[in-house]
Amino acid sequence: MTENKDLTTVIQSQQGAETYWHALWQYRELFYYLAWRDVIVRYKETIIGIVWALLRPFLTMIVFVVVFNYFARLPSLDGVPYTLMVLTGLLAWQCFASAVSISSESLIANANMISKVYFPRLIIPLSSIVPSFMDAVITLLLLLALCVFYRFMPGWQIIVLPVFIIMLVLLSASIGIFLSALNVIYRDFRYVIPFLLQVGLYVSPIGFASTIVPQKWQIVYALNPVVGIIDGFRWSLLAGAQAFNWPGFILSWVWIIISAVVGVKYFRHVERYFADRI
Amino acid sequence: MSAVIEIKNLGKKYTISPNMQTDQAHHYLSLRESITNSVRGLFGFQNAHEPSLPDTDFWALRHIDLTVEQGDRVGIIGSNGAGKSTLLKMISRITYPTEGEIRYKGRIASLLEVGTGFHPELTGRENIYLIGAILGMSHAEIRRKFDEIVDFAGIEKFLDTPVKRYSSGMYTRLAFSVAAHLESEILIVDEVLAVGDTEFQKKCLGKMEEIGQKEGKTLLFVSHNMDSVLQLTNKVLFLDKGKAVSYGVTDGVVNTYLEKSLVVESRFVRPQKLETSHFQEVEITTSQKGNYHIHGQPFALTTKVCLSEKVEKLGVSFQIANYNGKNINYCWFFDDSQEYEPGTYEFTCHIPSLRLMMGKYYFKMHLANVKTKEKLDFVEHVCPFEVGMDTFHEWTWHSNVAVYLDDFSWSKNDL
Repeated sequence: MTENKDLTTVIQSQQGAETYWHALWQYRELFYYLAWRDVIVRYKETIIGIVWALLRPFLTMIVFVVVFNYFARLPSLDGVPYTLMVLTGLLAWQCFASAVSISSESLIANANMISKVYFPRLIIPLSSIVPSFMDAVITLLLLLALCVFYRFMPGWQIIVLPVFIIMLVLLSASIGIFLSALNVIYRDFRYVIPFLLQVGLYVSPIGFASTIVPQKWQIVYALNPVVGIIDGFRWSLLAGAQAFNWPGFILSWVWIIISAVVGVKYFRHVERYFADRI
Repeated sequence: MSAVIEIKNLGKKYTISPNMQTDQAHHYLSLRESITNSVRGLFGFQNAHEPSLPDTDFWALRHIDLTVEQGDRVGIIGSNGAGKSTLLKMISRITYPTEGEIRYKGRIASLLEVGTGFHPELTGRENIYLIGAILGMSHAEIRRKFDEIVDFAGIEKFLDTPVKRYSSGMYTRLAFSVAAHLESEILIVDEVLAVGDTEFQKKCLGKMEEIGQKEGKTLLFVSHNMDSVLQLTNKVLFLDKGKAVSYGVTDGVVNTYLEKSLVVESRFVRPQKLETSHFQEVEITTSQKGNYHIHGQPFALTTKVCLSEKVEKLGVSFQIANYNGKNINYCWFFDDSQEYEPGTYEFTCHIPSLRLMMGKYYFKMHLANVKTKEKLDFVEHVCPFEVGMDTFHEWTWHSNVAVYLDDFSWSKNDL
């Protein structure tokens, strides 16, 4: 069979990995535009949009303070106002939860585009997590304002914060990639996700510090991928009031690597059926 | 000329599983079903209760070979379900082939639907950048083409208005405009011109002609409208039930297509019941039996029209087209002498001497409200008939001599 060397793009039932990642890089501007679209649409009614991004963590924080600190008498970390401890936990958790729930729905939400235009599908779940991180930035500003209010001075540990932010991005992106693909193939899985996130809100160390978990259960507790990250946020933002959680840190990385490998593999395995299934 | 697209033994198979839980229109797999099925399978319960039906394979397209050369404008025609859209989707890399391969050179811009990716909350300006990016344009490229895009779409005044406030016409114009300005070597268009106003349709066709002929780009175009296929393309691929029936020069393939799709009866009766105003029956009276007409003989067409609403000024008309899809003749009746109440009416058009040249023809029927300029009904490919030159025995006639013969007489002067 003669092959025409000029015809550079080949479409077959299988696609090589090299062209796959190359295409993703070529479409990097689309990532930017889709993220920009999602952010703009989220804050389109400017005043309400931004205020809402502030109000949501603020009100949740109040509820936690009243219920867990005032009623249930859960302790804070030494030398840290309970409010600040809750908000650092919420910052990481809400960002994770909203990123995962939005990106898991992202392919279905953009079904129309997927069935009519070609572009690397991975861009959709990836770009959809950006607004959640914009919200997190706003929560971070709220946290800093509260630090000023409580005259609490973060320490040098704050320069390590980007490491934990990157971990949060990687974890929510890879879980989001996996769930978004799963949602296209199994439509009823979408009902499970809100439930899992609901459970996660209570088992994750948000209203309390992970240090109150008995020593022998620490490793088991750290199997929750978010524990290491929340503890990292606390260590970094609250001037080391909570000791660095090494087991949690390492287990979070293990989670990130496993979910990224499994997520991307599964996504690539099923993405060629998206247009036929969606 | 060099090939820009090469398709070899292309096939796309869909598996329809009767065991799959279906939600009306879509086939979604449910996790619950999958789990129960595998658990049942594990314990051998499956066969006891409901014997599982075998999956059926359905080839939407198979054994397609096609080479498209640089600058070709290829029309893809065929009835619904022939596999036209599947083919375009595979070339556009939206869905993947089950077997075979497609190779192409350069960039493909495909416009399979108008307005894909538009976000209603964003303004026209924002949407241009967004759509451009979705189609694969770089930021710099969109900026360079921005004015041209806006100008072509004619939406300058509404650039900063959210597109949710746009009329459907503006929407279509903007979407087509962005895609048409993408610097691509291959443009793929799927019947998007079915929407939008006539004037803009013409503009789009003009732009596509320009893209194909002047810029030397390659165009793939799916349409049911033979007029635009004839106008735009130089080659046609005719698909039927997932197979390529023929591929070649436009006129010839369109001819084959029309011959296959025509209803060979002198009387056309609308098969389905309709609620809207429509043509119920069309019947022709040719000079001979069996839809055969001798050139110059009287001809008549009778049609029954059902009106579902009151029409002030009714327009009944028809075109006679030949098998290359070219319109040859037009007869119209715009009646403002009376108001038409809902009901059934019969109209007959007499042509005292039908002077079409020998060949095969068919009808396109138009029903309109002339006052509101609303198209009420359109039927084509009805009542095919053949014209013969039986009364002219001077020589053997060829159909390409003329399309029409007028009355004439010669006088001779000896000088």
